[in-house]
Amino acid sequence: MVFDQAEVAVQGALDAGAAYADARVVVAKQETIDVQNQAVEAIDRSEQAGVGVRALVGSSWGFFATADVDAAQSAGERAAEIARASAVVPGAPIEFADVAVVSDSYETPHQEDPFAVPQSEKVDLLIGVTKTIQEVPGVAIATANLTFYDTDKWFVSSQGHRIHQHLVESGGGFDATALDDAESQRRSYPQSFGQYETGGYEVIRRWDFPSNAQRVGEEAVALLTADELEDHETDLILEGSQLALQIHESVGHAIELDRILGWEAAFAGTSHLDLNKLGSFRFGSPLMNITADATLPGALGTFGFDDEGTAAQAVDIVKDGIWVGVLSGRDSAAIAGLPPGGMVRADGYNRLPMVRMTNVGLLPGDSSLDEIIADTNSGVYMATNRSWSIDDRRLNFQFGTEIAWEVKNGKLGRMLKNPTYTGIGPVFWGSLDRLAGGDEWIHWGTPNCGKGQPMQVAHTGHSAAPARFTNVRVGVRG
Amino acid sequence: MSEHLASHVLGLVGDRAEVEVVTMSGISFLTRFANSFIHQNVGEQLESVRLRVAVDGRVASGATTRIDDASLAAFVDETLETARRQPVDEDWPGLTPPVEIAAIEHHDDETADASPAARAELVRTFVDAGDGMLAAGYCETEGATYTFVNSAGHNATGRETSAVLDGIHRTSSSAGFGHAGSSAIGDLDAAAVGELAARRARDSESTFDAKPGEYEVVLAQEATATIAIFLAVYGMNGKAHEEGRSFVDLGAKQFDESFRLWDDAGDPRARGIQFDTEGTPKGRVDFVTDGVTTRLAHNRRTARKAGIESTGHGFPGSDVFGAFPVNLFVGSGGETVDELIAGVEHGIYVSTFNYCRVLDPKSLVVTGLTRNGTFMIENGAITGAVSNLRFTQSFVEALAPGKLLGIGSDDRFADSEFGADFVIAPSMRLASWHFTGGADG
Repeated sequence: MVFDQAEVAVQGALDAGAAYADARVVVAKQETIDVQNQAVEAIDRSEQAGVGVRALVGSSWGFFATADVDAAQSAGERAAEIARASAVVPGAPIEFADVAVVSDSYETPHQEDPFAVPQSEKVDLLIGVTKTIQEVPGVAIATANLTFYDTDKWFVSSQGHRIHQHLVESGGGFDATALDDAESQRRSYPQSFGQYETGGYEVIRRWDFPSNAQRVGEEAVALLTADELEDHETDLILEGSQLALQIHESVGHAIELDRILGWEAAFAGTSHLDLNKLGSFRFGSPLMNITADATLPGALGTFGFDDEGTAAQAVDIVKDGIWVGVLSGRDSAAIAGLPPGGMVRADGYNRLPMVRMTNVGLLPGDSSLDEIIADTNSGVYMATNRSWSIDDRRLNFQFGTEIAWEVKNGKLGRMLKNPTYTGIGPVFWGSLDRLAGGDEWIHWGTPNCGKGQPMQVAHTGHSAAPARFTNVRVGVRG
Repeated sequence: MSEHLASHVLGLVGDRAEVEVVTMSGISFLTRFANSFIHQNVGEQLESVRLRVAVDGRVASGATTRIDDASLAAFVDETLETARRQPVDEDWPGLTPPVEIAAIEHHDDETADASPAARAELVRTFVDAGDGMLAAGYCETEGATYTFVNSAGHNATGRETSAVLDGIHRTSSSAGFGHAGSSAIGDLDAAAVGELAARRARDSESTFDAKPGEYEVVLAQEATATIAIFLAVYGMNGKAHEEGRSFVDLGAKQFDESFRLWDDAGDPRARGIQFDTEGTPKGRVDFVTDGVTTRLAHNRRTARKAGIESTGHGFPGSDVFGAFPVNLFVGSGGETVDELIAGVEHGIYVSTFNYCRVLDPKSLVVTGLTRNGTFMIENGAITGAVSNLRFTQSFVEALAPGKLLGIGSDDRFADSEFGADFVIAPSMRLASWHFTGGADG
């Protein structure tokens, strides 16, 4: 039945002159609970449903979406009409890389439907966490939140795809804020903005919020009287979730083929990477091995098929420090002469699919955080992101973290506040000299990756373990 | 459609709860271009319902795009059931009583009905202004009708349209930016926007690296707009202030006496509608007058805690993040941008900021970069282009007493870090800005 609505939309576009068309009917549910200082600030359950049609006419995509699935035929026609108008400012005809045409289905493996867990249990968890944090003297604000997503997608293309997917995502976290007259200090768990994964409520149980609440509160208060990290160059050890964001910003966006081709030049930006150097450009040290793997169980960027109907896959991006791969879709891959990566996704039924990160992660090493610290004579260990900024070519970055510790003679020393570090992507990655692994290698999730116009928010994964970088400038402040 | 839908949902709730309903009905199009051709071209028919209910002080909210009778009935029942399961919300401020809404509309029929061909023609004009340079950007038109109703007897309806043309021209080594926004597509001068972007790109084709350090700066409208929206979101946010996370010290002269910042959805140049998602009218709110911080932005929840009336800045999510204004104005001055530059002995002209992020909200220390046209100023004139720079700077300190050396008369809708056309801003000349390094190393 739902497939039929998508078929009608595709036929509408073809009847109106499209050379190719595809359509997605999407029903997306979301539940969000926010608690602050033991009080529920908001509980919201929303649902977005509709059909989006993509039509290819000449050199441009036309796209039209409506929440009225009974107007699917008209939506297809309007998508073709919009694409035709693009001929006023035409480009080269679009080619489309071949992929297998499949009828298939996929469901996120999960144990506990998060929407079936009683809301009282979720609210009680968050109230309890904030209560524990507030019992730490000096904490001003304790917040905690949970968000769950349940998405059904029916995809149909004029080439014959018919794919149904049911995706389940769960996440949340909490933080403590301490204040004095001059500044605020925050500590978060499991990471800034919380930890998100594909899976059910078992994700929340596994991260064990209650056992970490008191520590988070105590660290926030201690930061107020900690010493400031001073501006200097030193060896830098990054905790896993901060390294995950480092990967996201300085590798993940740089390898998006649409950016490399200039399609995002005005807004998100371009990339410092040149396709002529694919296979030869040294991105980092030989320890640097990055993959884009949409098949990782539990990772936030995991799915069965992308929103062009291409099967999820694992692609090498950086191998032994050499740049070897990109994130691509069927049109961008054809232009670059590369195999399509199955990395095109849309934020809901009403957005045009575009190249997005899947799970872009750093493969683990054979060390551990304790061993790395023990092996560091002088350095800084930074944890949990607080701020992030990077230029439009994805070269110059500056990150701030919530907390840092001095490392002296192989041991953690005094706590340091307001830590920042800055660098240039390939130079920074070239200084990677120690890498942890084992159970410290975690599929961190980023639920808020913005890109595109109109703005789209993607959910991406970034596997990472703690790592050390040498001679990094830290402590930059205005 | 919008009004009928809102009344229908109100009726579905009946007397089972206090309720407020916001419906939106509209259409949105965006034509996107890169490498000098239209590569993405999208449209959307929009229909949505947002509902908030309070059952004996137990509050829940939700939104849906499924507006058939059966789906709406299920949505209402589920939202009510969710509310019943919650603890009592001690800070629930209740519903907005009936109140008059100003009969002002920023609506233009031509914009609401703008065709794909009309947007494509504006794009073509922008692209042609680059005379062969690579162009990228977008042209967007939108039109929407919003209806608010609540069970306290308050209702309001408003329409709005908007049109934006925004883009860059670029060479192999440089880029220049141009932007125009209005509630009417007929106001967009695509040739002028394209020519400004092209001139900035050509003038910055050959760049050198400026040394990091403190510089006097002249900021174009986009850079001013980013400062203004950061002041508003992190500082004038009533919740952030109540919690001690804001830099705002009400009644204190925190800024240069020539700095003025206010919000006014009723100004003829503004966009948007005249009430917020709680049904509160949007009047003019002066946040900074003659350098003194005077007001904060509130929704009903934070206003109740502060013992005042809401300022009409509620939106979905504002109970968690706090309210902030989106019809901002930075007071203009009397100088042309050339006059502002003429006053600078040694400094930098910044067209736009990029990727700005807050290091500490309390001091509003922000890091970011320059983009799409950064120029050296020597002895009152632009002498060359410089490579993009990274800065780390307190936005509050940058506007402190004595630091705002000149304000342009060139105020207009400007793009900002948080999006286009939340701010009407002029160029500004500031005494000091801390650049910490070049974007390329």
